[in-house]
Amino acid sequence: MAGTHVNPTRMELTRLKRKLVTAVRGHKLLKDKRDELMRQFLELVRENKSLRERVEAGLGAANANFAMARAADRGAVLDTALLTPKQEVQLEAGVKNVMSVEIPVFTVKTRTPDPNDIYSYGFAFTSGDLDDAVRSLSELLPDLLRLAEVEKSCQLLAAEIEKTRRRVNALEHVMIPDMQENIRYITMKLDENERSTQIRLMKVKDMMLREAIEERRARSAEAAGG
Amino acid sequence: MYRIAVLGDRDSVYGFAALGLTVFPVEEETEGARLLRRLAEQTEEPYAVIYITEALAAKLEEEIDRLRERRFPAVIPIPGVSGNTGAGLRAVKKSVEQAVGSDIIFNN
Repeated sequence: MAGTHVNPTRMELTRLKRKLVTAVRGHKLLKDKRDELMRQFLELVRENKSLRERVEAGLGAANANFAMARAADRGAVLDTALLTPKQEVQLEAGVKNVMSVEIPVFTVKTRTPDPNDIYSYGFAFTSGDLDDAVRSLSELLPDLLRLAEVEKSCQLLAAEIEKTRRRVNALEHVMIPDMQENIRYITMKLDENERSTQIRLMKVKDMMLREAIEERRARSAEAAGG
Repeated sequence: MYRIAVLGDRDSVYGFAALGLTVFPVEEETEGARLLRRLAEQTEEPYAVIYITEALAAKLEEEIDRLRERRFPAVIPIPGVSGNTGAGLRAVKKSVEQAVGSDIIFNN
């Protein structure tokens, strides 16, 4: 490259050549990684989109149900009914490795053995609307959890894809061309050096030859004269 | 064992309490930011998922962006009682743009 200075030596040339081989292999690997990440990402993001649309529609309906319940019951009744939950949801969080990106995998654990055991109140003092509301929300829970899993995975994958893409581009458009340019420069410089050595040698040989001829001529003239 | 939190205005979140998620009724920006940070950093019984209403999420964008690249917790915007603002889908779109360079999923 024009800007940086490289030593035009044979050692530098072998070093650069080895580096270029590594860079080309790295570039190929990273490109494969990017392509696979992209495939996985697109799959996940499509699921993410449809899940989100479903969840948002479901939550809208659940919220409407809760609005009905609020209209039917007094606030204090709702508070006592809902804020002392019987059920507790806990998550077992595992990790799945997708092309060295660790994405979360959730498994749900509920406190009571029956996951449908969600009504934390007696049915006597609350309206049926509240039961509907709670049920509509609980039906949405698996989707909500899957959404969390998928959406987080998408975010992590997106960040990794961006990073990988930058690396691929840096290798492809900067590192590798630079190295090739340097290698060409060194080869040319070395060839040039070799040629000039050759010429120098030829010149020296010429000079020596001329000297030898002149010497012999002088000697033969001397012999003729003597 | 991880837990699940729901943040947002009271009316939007208290339904989740019945399901056994941990709810935190909060509407105000500074309090929400402080709470979110506390939940994210908590190591004793950590939270793996934090659902947050779109209205509150819009105020806490900075905090949420900080958590984007961490594995836990997953901060997921959900529509609250005030209606769907489309912020959730916009966040997905942002991921697509980050990964692909342009939006190829939502451009219809």
